[in-house]
Amino acid sequence: MEIFRVKKDIPFMKYSKLSAVISTTVFILAVFFILIRGLNLGVDFTGGTMMEVSYPEAANIDDIRQTLRDIDIENAQVQNFGTEEDVLIRLPIREDLSIAELSEQVSTALKLSNNLMEVNRVESVGSQVGDELYENGALAVLFVFIGIMLYLTMRFEWRFAIAAIIANMHDVIIILGFFAFFQWEFNLTVLAAVLAVLGYSVNESVVVFDRVRENFRKMRKTAVSEVINNAITRTMSRTIMTHLSTQTVVISMLIFGGEILHNFALALTIGILFGIYSSIMVGCPIAMWLGTNQTNLAIFNPERKKENKEL
Amino acid sequence: MNQSARWKYLLILTTILLSIIFVIPNFYGESPAIQIMPIKAGEKIDTSILQSIEKVLEKSEIQNSGLILENFRIKVKLKTAEDQLKAKGLIQKALGSQYVVALNLISNSPNWLSNMGALPMYLGLDLRGGVHFLMQVDLSKALEKTTASYLSQFRTALRKEKIGYFDATKNNDVMQIKFKSKVELNKGKNIIRGINNNFVFKEIFVNDEIILKVIISEQTKKSITEFAIKQNLETLNNRVNELGVAEPLIQQQGLDRIVIQLPGVQDTAKAKEILGRTATLEMRMVNEDNFNQDIFKEGNEDQIPVNSEIFPDRFGNNILVRKEVILTGERITNAGPGVDQQSGQSVVSITLDAKGASIFKQVTRENINKRMALLLIEKNVTEVVTAPVIKAEIGAGRVQITGMANTQEATDIALLLRAGSLAAPMEIIEERTVGPSMGKENISRGVQSTLWGFVAIITMMAIYYMVFGVISVITLSVNLFFLVALLSALQATLTLPGLAAIALTLGMAIDSSVLINERIRDEIRNGNTPQASISMGYKMAWGTILDSNITTMIAGLALFMFGSGPIKGFAVVLVLGILTSMFSAIFVSRAIVNYVYGNKRQKSKLSIGEIFKVDNN
Repeated sequence: MEIFRVKKDIPFMKYSKLSAVISTTVFILAVFFILIRGLNLGVDFTGGTMMEVSYPEAANIDDIRQTLRDIDIENAQVQNFGTEEDVLIRLPIREDLSIAELSEQVSTALKLSNNLMEVNRVESVGSQVGDELYENGALAVLFVFIGIMLYLTMRFEWRFAIAAIIANMHDVIIILGFFAFFQWEFNLTVLAAVLAVLGYSVNESVVVFDRVRENFRKMRKTAVSEVINNAITRTMSRTIMTHLSTQTVVISMLIFGGEILHNFALALTIGILFGIYSSIMVGCPIAMWLGTNQTNLAIFNPERKKENKEL
Repeated sequence: MNQSARWKYLLILTTILLSIIFVIPNFYGESPAIQIMPIKAGEKIDTSILQSIEKVLEKSEIQNSGLILENFRIKVKLKTAEDQLKAKGLIQKALGSQYVVALNLISNSPNWLSNMGALPMYLGLDLRGGVHFLMQVDLSKALEKTTASYLSQFRTALRKEKIGYFDATKNNDVMQIKFKSKVELNKGKNIIRGINNNFVFKEIFVNDEIILKVIISEQTKKSITEFAIKQNLETLNNRVNELGVAEPLIQQQGLDRIVIQLPGVQDTAKAKEILGRTATLEMRMVNEDNFNQDIFKEGNEDQIPVNSEIFPDRFGNNILVRKEVILTGERITNAGPGVDQQSGQSVVSITLDAKGASIFKQVTRENINKRMALLLIEKNVTEVVTAPVIKAEIGAGRVQITGMANTQEATDIALLLRAGSLAAPMEIIEERTVGPSMGKENISRGVQSTLWGFVAIITMMAIYYMVFGVISVITLSVNLFFLVALLSALQATLTLPGLAAIALTLGMAIDSSVLINERIRDEIRNGNTPQASISMGYKMAWGTILDSNITTMIAGLALFMFGSGPIKGFAVVLVLGILTSMFSAIFVSRAIVNYVYGNKRQKSKLSIGEIFKVDNN
């Protein structure tokens, strides 16, 4: 079985201007939604309390709200979560109550009004910890960007590093854009997914770039755009197989992983889909426009050259 | 050309064998057990206790499947959960309140495996249920307390040596003593140096005032805060022991934080109440100088003597207490409820440590017929528990506190004192609770995601790449096997995101195989012989595999460095998964391919799926 039975190289770079317009538009839209709607940050980052409770039968949301109001807890968000029996309660930080007391008061009150209620999960984060988690998250993203840039500069050259990073940033911003547009909750687990996507989608660029470099050595006289077209076409089959595999696992997570892994899997899905697109239609054109060609890369690795001669 | 060196096969076989040893314990399941520990953390437990437990079990005819004596605890493996509950009650009754009896689960894997260090994977709280707390220790309070205690030592020492000074005050952690003359300042300085050699002194002479500033050196400050954290950790250990949790984790995090993990705790309210008690205890003298009773009235705060403060007692009466702290709760080694023989009143008996006892002896000798107040500071609210009159010098460090309302109160206060008061107040700043049923559900969710993802991938690979696909599948299975073995061997905490990472690394690990297979196809397409194609395919794919894995590794390391809790769990699995996948893709899959194809010299066709030949290019 072979999915891609292409006789000639697909002229990807011919569409690079079109894709640049598309990418820029999507990118700007994503930035627009992030700025206008903002991310729906989870308690991990904002601080506050999130409680997941379940009842043996369909939960009465209004009753729960009333119970909370009775113990002077205002601004509580109460909503169903997954099923009718499961309820998610979100409480902002209170100045006068420690986070430990707050969750205890709520569970005691709810238990009093219905003693079949069960608390499945509590996540309470003080504002200080929330700020730190936010800061550490940003640091982690920065660390990954710089680390990958350095590595790619070392292994390839700066044009590829910049191209890969822009392609990557494109993916990350689009994931965030989706989360902002749909107001899906952005928590620590989603951040982990975003960082995993960072590593993963660079993979994609690396595989293509690797082939471009190899082609540069073999195809000394060929135009850069054609070299790139060939590299993309030749790696197409691998791209599809790999992403299909990873996406299958992620779909399996979406189906079986439950609520906690749901947004994690969503972020990965968006990341994987846009990762394919961006490494081909963002990374490669940028490397091309930055002026990468045979003279930049082909002569660096004498060992490889020897291998080629052997062939 | 496609034959692996013998050492490679040996290496792979050894790795697989080792992995089997570490994977096996995961399949054995767990037995109900009870665990017995002394109530004071760190105290050893011996065979005599073991024997009395055996006797209890024999007498009540509860069958056990093994008693394990460890340094600090005894574990009893039982047959059923019913026996477990029954045994817990009986053993607790037999051993008394000096021992904690907790419910636990013990792996059923054979002892020789456990002895080799082969244990099942260590599940995080989100998978087994329990509570996670992060506590912030207020170290500035510890410094303040120490400063106050130093200041009181200075005053006592200066008075004893009859050195004239006007007053001794403090501002945060800087103490200031106004002397009557320069000569006395110098003498005072020597005395203070005798108390602690690490002070930094600063002499100030302005407007006829002779002032000695005593500053605590950075080094001392560091040791004070370190001591405070250590003290708090110990206190928490004791408190957690009172809760009867089988495998608690109490650990310092960063400079001023403590992480507490209590697997299996269901009564979170009680856990929080006991852990979150920020009570500290202080003994100070009551100011019994003659003063106008008006100072207790509102609005007259300015009339309160500078050296004193007003606190209410439990009946709402206001008591004027000196600021000097004689003793703090750190000096208490034991406390228990009791009944006073003469009055029949409920009392709490306290035992002080050596230094506490000597201070207490001196203070009580000097202050006979004066009142001493016992202050309990909880969440910044100070209350006078009791303020008895000192009737005689108390020497042996045994103190009886009267004034308890009833036995219950005496028990509560004793528990609070025994569990130790804290060197510095703490506050819970993060709480994550997962119910036990939720933990089980999370395990099944994670396992299902991995399982079905795995099944889908192997089907796809086998269809698409035929024999090479099957080899990729075997490689992937071996990779999963290695990963589980490594996680078990390292006892890394497995969380739900960690399970997701297992699934994700499987999806990513297949990339290496795909790269190799596609490369081999490429080479065949270019008209190379099968043997040369295999060899070149692996060679050419290696660079790409390395590059792509290293970039993912960078992301994994960032998550590990900056992530916390469940995210760290994700990162650990991701990083380990990358390592095992590289090992299996390079060594294992090559070895299998060589084993299958390497010996056949003129293999005309490789079973790697249909290859579409391209005419040009």
